[in-house]
This record gives sequence, structure tokens and C-alpha cells, in this order.
Amino acid sequence: MAKETSIKARTQTFSFFYGQKQALFDINIDMHENRVTAFIGPSGCGKSTFLRSINRMNDLIESTKHTGLMEVDGVDVYGSDVDVVTLRRRIGMVFQKSTPFPKSIFENITYGLTLTGKKSKSELEEVVESSLRRAALWEEVKDRLHHSALGLSGGQQQRLCIARAVSVNPEILLMDEPCSALDPISTGKVEELITQLKDQYTIVLVTHNMQQAARVSDYTGFFLMGKLIEFDRTRTIFTSPSKKETEDYITGRFG
Amino acid sequence: MNRFSATSKRFGEHIAEWSIRIVASLSILVIFLIFVFVFREAAGLFSGAQRSQAAAEAAASASATPADHEQDVYNPDEETDSAATTSPSNANDQDVYNPDATIEEPAPAAASTATPEEAPQASKSLWEQLTGSIWQPVSEDPKFGLIPLFIGTTKTTIVAIVIGAPLGILAALYTAFFASPRVRNIVKPTIELLAGFPSVVIGFFCLTIVATFLQDVLGTAFRLNALVGGFGLSLAVIPLVYSIAEESLTAVPRSLREASLALGSTEWQTAYRVMLPAAAPGVFAAVLLGVGRAFGETMIALMATGNAAMKTWSVFEPARTFAATIGSEMGEVVWGSEHYGILFLLGSMLFLFSFGLNAVTELYVKSRLIKKFQGK
Amino acid sequence: MSVFSGHLPASKRVLGFFAVLVAAFAAVAIVGLIVSMFGIFIAGGAQHLSWSFLSEAPRNNNMEGGIFPAIFGTALLVLIMSILGVPIGTATAIYLNEYAKQTSVFARSVRFAVNTLAGVPSIVFGLFGVGFFVQFLGKGLDGMMYGSMEAKVFGQESLLWCSATLAVLTLPVVIVAVEEALRAVPRELREASLALGATKWQTIIKVVLPNSVTGILTGSILAVSRGAGEVAAILFVGVAYSMDGNVGLTEKFMHLGYHLYVLATQSPDVEKALPLQYATTLVLLGLTFLLNFTAIYIRSRLRTKA
Ligand SMILES: Nc1ncnc2c1ncn2[C@@H]1O[C@H](COP(=O)(O)OP(=O)(O)OP(=O)(O)O)[C@@H](O)[C@H]1O
Ligand SMILES: [Mg+2]
Repeated sequence: MAKETSIKARTQTFSFFYGQKQALFDINIDMHENRVTAFIGPSGCGKSTFLRSINRMNDLIESTKHTGLMEVDGVDVYGSDVDVVTLRRRIGMVFQKSTPFPKSIFENITYGLTLTGKKSKSELEEVVESSLRRAALWEEVKDRLHHSALGLSGGQQQRLCIARAVSVNPEILLMDEPCSALDPISTGKVEELITQLKDQYTIVLVTHNMQQAARVSDYTGFFLMGKLIEFDRTRTIFTSPSKKETEDYITGRFG
Repeated sequence: MNRFSATSKRFGEHIAEWSIRIVASLSILVIFLIFVFVFREAAGLFSGAQRSQAAAEAAASASATPADHEQDVYNPDEETDSAATTSPSNANDQDVYNPDATIEEPAPAAASTATPEEAPQASKSLWEQLTGSIWQPVSEDPKFGLIPLFIGTTKTTIVAIVIGAPLGILAALYTAFFASPRVRNIVKPTIELLAGFPSVVIGFFCLTIVATFLQDVLGTAFRLNALVGGFGLSLAVIPLVYSIAEESLTAVPRSLREASLALGSTEWQTAYRVMLPAAAPGVFAAVLLGVGRAFGETMIALMATGNAAMKTWSVFEPARTFAATIGSEMGEVVWGSEHYGILFLLGSMLFLFSFGLNAVTELYVKSRLIKKFQGK
Repeated sequence: MSVFSGHLPASKRVLGFFAVLVAAFAAVAIVGLIVSMFGIFIAGGAQHLSWSFLSEAPRNNNMEGGIFPAIFGTALLVLIMSILGVPIGTATAIYLNEYAKQTSVFARSVRFAVNTLAGVPSIVFGLFGVGFFVQFLGKGLDGMMYGSMEAKVFGQESLLWCSATLAVLTLPVVIVAVEEALRAVPRELREASLALGATKWQTIIKVVLPNSVTGILTGSILAVSRGAGEVAAILFVGVAYSMDGNVGLTEKFMHLGYHLYVLATQSPDVEKALPLQYATTLVLLGLTFLLNFTAIYIRSRLRTKA
């Protein structure tokens, strides 16, 4: 594995609460630049909650609160002088269920760009092409850019969402089970994509699929009931985990 | 400042949010304004006798309009005709078709008991006036006894609920559990269609068709009476009760139904003994809202009840409701008179009553419903 | 009931039969009543329904001629009411569904107000219309613009104040309908937009509203159709039995429902007026259901397009 890169995001004793219910307990993680950090764990263990805490998506849910520190580039993202909108522009997100807007492919990609003012047509076209290429979708859709995005297959829709996320040039890309609704071929394409994208982005990936974590990630964290049981280089986690729970889970003896 | 600080102040965002908030507060404002403007006019009543003196004169002059050919019988719709400048000129003929003309016989009987006492009205307290048993607002000696109106409103509402609630609930039970999907797809939209009927159309239907039909069948002395009016109101109540009852019946968890059926209960036993009780708070709410609808409905009451303020509980005799009283008398009342204030007082009562009903359904029924389904 | 119901005693089976029968009877009775209402109205009014009835003004004390001014007045009323009420209702629904926190006192007050408003009897809205719109707002406007509270421009019963009164009356219905449409927009779409760095307002404008426009439109039309037949609330806010003046915002106007009411209760000649009443009923019902069918049509049109 390559040498350590600098730390892009990190947490210190980060805890998260939905009302009275604590969903995350004292999480300490460093997420490295240009690396893929994967989170695995059984359903309901808090993976999505953690991911959504990074770009403050959880702000949308009422009566939630956090304690501890969540830092991106040394800035406390929950700090009072942080603007959520600016923060979210820098941190892209891809959801489990593909969420194309019921608009054309072109409009989907340019959505993020047009939010900050008018852009020239050529500028937009350029971004559409480069984003779709980065998402390995360009060849498949270049002739139907102005057709509805809902006409795409599930796998294509998910790659469109990735293209849409990268169109605004974020620094971090959060992916919450991006392949769970896809067939193996589409999954393969998206995984390939993730490996390519990490050259430009810091990627944080939540997955249920342990092979996937092993294949694409550099670091893996194992969550269990809101606690981060173990966090290490992926190879270490999958070959010689130090905790029994981790071993039980990755060898399928969980439960 | 850091790299995630706002790049712009986003004034637009704040303006948008605050505009939306301000517009949203209009609903509260309207409730407040209804309180202020309806109650304020009514409050004038309580502010001293010199006003009621003036009002008495005003009312007396109003009743002395040349077209007012019957001094004893109070018939509001005749009044409407003579007072409105735009109305047909020949409307006062005695032999014309006027549904309210049928009540001219009993009305003097009710009114005549009152004529002897000629006490000047300023000497009567407001409370004494309101609790009197004669409603005769336009005359030399106006009487504002609310008892007959109260009785009229109550009896028509009771008729409406007695007819409307069981029908609505049973029909809901039928479409929710017994009907085949095909039948349900006909019955449900049809009943919902009834909710879209303007109440003036229902009033017209009762006035022309139901009234004649019921008189032929029952041989009642009065063509228009509380029964006809209550039946009309039930047509407004049914779709309301039906929709809410159906909604709460279908909201009962399927598991409950399956459990009951699994225990060997038949479909109908399950429906009546398990589902209906389980949905009881919702059905109760439906009936409460039905009461509110019947109580406050104006046009049907105005057209089909006969509209005579009589102190009788018989449903075969005419009735006059609070809402219909406002509807028929507000048009020609003298601005600022005591009569005017009392009509607003009636409006305030209607408002308070509907407000209370709503609060009860909101606070009590909904919490009960939630408790029931979530097992808390 | 299945073949296994054979084990029930006969008396129970009879009871069960009656239990279902009673419920079915209730449903059939209601439906039968509605169908016969339609039948009676059509039988009574269909032959009177002609082009001249729809297009001409009434003559001879409304006993002859058509009801065009009433149709026109009602349509105008519905239109102005929608212009006044639908934007306010939509904005309130946006607040309740997009901005409001469940825990906020203000949001709960708005919701309570909307629910309360929905239950207020329409005649009370009528009193409110006279007391607030005509007497307070209207006279106030006259005082401000013409220097006299008695200028009788805004300070009198009129089409405008009727529309405003009905806008208030239909407001809760619009709010509920629009809220339902907004709720139908998947949360994921909102999140996708926000995750791209859109502000809340941008998300509302660019994602939420475009995706709920059909629902908002149909919901509003359905809500507004409630106002089309409402008479009690405008009984003394500006309807007229006949018109000789011109049509204007600050003038009185003719209204189908009120027309029917007056024809039915105060006609000098009932025999002659009855077909007129039936025909007017048909037109009023037609207008109401036309709005409903328009809503259904728009819904199906936009569904197939999406
Ligand atoms: N909006 C919410 N309100 C209350 N509790 C929530 C909410 N969202 C999640 N939770 C709770 O927080 C815990 C963690 O949920 P989270 O969605 O983060 O799990 P997850 O690891 O992503 O699960 P999955 O693999 O199924 O997606 C769960 O117990 C869940 O019930
Ligand atoms: Mg998850």
C-alpha cells in the first residue's frame, strides 16, 4: 500500500444523538486524502449516520445533536462560522438509492453548477462531458443528453449521480452503499470508477459488501452498535483483525 | 473565517424564508381577526344601555318600512324581499309560492303569547332578553330570546346526526371490509362526489323534492320542518363522516384483522367487533366533525327547515337555526343596532363552538388514536 | 365467507348476513340518493338548458331569459378567489412542509389555526367578510384613497370582498391539498439537491415545486371548486339578485348559487320558476364538476408526460 497521505478529515470522540437515542459513541477516525476509506458493519450500526455527519446532512433531521469534534481540513464543520451550503459544495454525496432529478441528463449534471449563477453554454457542455467521462458514462449517453434521466438503467442512473456529484468538483466524496441496488456488472463499473476517482478525491464509502470493501478501499472501519470497533488499513482488517468482533463479522460468524 | 465560511450573505435566502413565514402566519392572523371582528361587533351589546336605547329606535324604524305588511308575523324572507332594492317587486303577493308561507299559520300562535307584555326594552337586561323564549327581532318591541333558536339548532343537528352518522359509518364499514374492489370503486367516489355538492343545491333538493315527499308519506302539517332540514343537513354530514370513518377503518393495522380471522371469527364479526372498536376514536372524530358541519350549515337550514323560531322539540314542526338566522337577517339588519350585535353574538357562538369541537378532536381524539395504534 | 363457515349455528349466520346487509344497505341508500338527485335535476332542467339560457341575461324579474351574468360572475369570483388564495395557501404549505420544525411553537400554532379555520362555519366567514373586509378594510381604503370613509368605493359589498372572503374560506383546503402534493416529493430528491450545495430555497424552487406542480395544481383546483358553490359566506358580502350596472371588482355581482337560492325561495311564480331552478342547479353542478374534471384531466395529462 502507498505511503501515508495527509489527513483530510478526522473526528475526535464524536458522538451523535437522534433525540434521546445515541447512534454514535466516541468515534475517532482519520480519513486520508486521495484514499478510499470504507465502513462496514451490520445494519443499523450507524454507518450512514456517521457519513451524513460529515457533510451535516443530519442537520435536516429534527432534534439531533452531536458532541466531540468533526474536522475537515482542520476546520470544525459544526463550528459557528461554517456555512453548511458551502460545506456541502465541497463534500459531494452519492446515495444508496440513485436519485436523478426528473429532468434531462444534461440538466442533472449542470444542476450544481447553475446554483451559483449563470454559466455559459460552452462551459456547461464542457463540464457535462468531463463529469460524464469521469463517471464512465459519456459513451453511453452522449447522444441522449437531453432525454430524461429517468430513462436510464439503474446502474447508469447511479453513475449519473456520481457524475452529478463530481460536476461541482468536491474535495471529498461520500458514498452510502452506492452499489447495493445494482447488478454485478454495474457494481463492477462503479468499483472501477471509485478506484479511478480517488486520484482526485478523498472517498468515504459505506458498504454492506465486504469483498467490495476489500477490493476498493485503503482503510476500513468496522462499526458495531454505534461504536467503531476497529479501524485500520484494509489489508490488516481483512487478514489479521485485532478484535474478535471484527473477525467474527468478516468471516461471517457474526450474529 | 475559514474555507467553509459563507461566500455570500445569501440575503435572498433569508428574505424568502421570512416571506414564507410571514405568509404562513396569515392563518393565525385570520383566526385572530375573526375573533376581533366578529366578537367586537357582538361585544358592543355588553357596553351599556344607552346603546340599546338607540338600537331600539333604529330597529323600530327598520320595522316600519312601508313594505312590511305583517307586523306580528316575523317572516325574514319576506323582509329580504322588501328590503333589497334589487328584488322582484311583486314578491309580496300572498298567493305566491313561498316555502316560508306555510309557516304563517303557526307563527302568530307563537308570537301572540308575547304581544301583551309591552315592557320597554331598555329596562330588560341583555341576559333576560337572550334567555327569553321568543325570537322576534324586527317589531315595535323586538324580542331576542335565543331559546327557540337553540332548540331549532339542536333538533335539526340531532336529526342530521341520527340519520347521517350511522349511514356514513355503515357505508364506510361496507366499503372498507365487505365490498368487492369493483363495487368499492363505484361507491367511494360517488359518496365523495356528494361532498362536492354545493349546499344550496342540497337545500334546493330538500325544499322541492324531499319536503313534498315526506309530507306525502308522513302527512305532516308543515311541508318544511326540522325533519326535512335535518335530512338535508345529513346529506352534508354523510360524506364527511364517511370519509373520515373509512380512513380510520382502513388505517387499523391489518395484523389485527388477520389475528381475529385466524381465531375463527368471521369477516363480519371481525368488522363489527374488532375493527370498528379499534377505529373508534377516528369514528368518534368523524361524528364530532359531522356535528360541527350540521350545526354551522346555513343554506340547507335556511331553505329546508321552515325557518320559524318556535319553541318546540317536535321534528315535524319548523325550526330556525342560529346559522340560518344570521343568514336571513344579516342582509337587512340596521348597522350597529342591537339586532345587529346579537347576530354577531350568534356568529361568535358558532365560532366558539366549532373552535371547541376542533380543539377536542385535535387534542383528545388524535392522541387517543396515536396511543391506540402505537400501543403506548 | 368460506366453506368452513358451515360450523356456525344458523342463528349466527343469519346475524352475519344481516350485519353485512345493513352495511350494504347504507351504502346503496346513499349512492341511490345521489343518483336520484342527479336524475331529478337532469329530468327537471335538461330541456330548459339551451344556448340562449347560458348566454343571455335574465329578463322579466329573472323569470325569463338566461343566467349568463350569474355564470360569468361565479367564474370571475372563482378566478379572483384563486388568485388571492392559492399563492397564500401554497406558501403556507411550503412553510409547514419544508421549513417548520415539528417542535416549533409557531409551526404548531399555524397548523392549529389551519385546522380551526377548516371547521369554522361558512356563515361566520360571511360575518368576517362584512366586519373585516367591507367595513374595516374597505372603508379604511376609502378613507386613505378618497379622503372619506363613506366614499363607497371599496367600503361596500362587492365582488372583490366576496372573493377575498372565499379565499379565506378555502385557504385551509388549499393548504392541506398542497401539503399533500409536497409530501409526495421523495425526501431523497431534496437531499440530493442539498448535498450538491443548493440552499433550501433553491431546492424548493428547483426540485420540490417542479416535482409537485401537478399535485399543487389539481389540489388547488379541487379546493377552489369548494368555493364555487359556496353561498352562505357571501350572502351579505356582495351578491346581487339581479344586475343592471356593469361588472367591476368593486361592484356587486350575480352568483349562480345565490341565484338558485333566491329563485327557490322567493320566486313569484313557482310553476314557472321550477325548470329555471333545475337548469340553474345543473349549471352550478356542471361548473363545480367541470373544475373537478379539469383537475383529474391535468393530473392524467402530466402523469403520462413525466
Ligand atoms: N432519523 C432517525 N431518527 C431516529 N433514529 C434514527 C434515524 N436514522 C437512523 N436512526 C437510528 O440510528 C441508528 C443508526 O442508523 P444508520 O442509518 O446510521 O445505520 P446504518 O449502519 O447505515 O444501517 P444500514 O446498513 O441499514 O443502512 C439505527 O439504530 C437507526 O435506527
Ligand atoms: Mg445506511
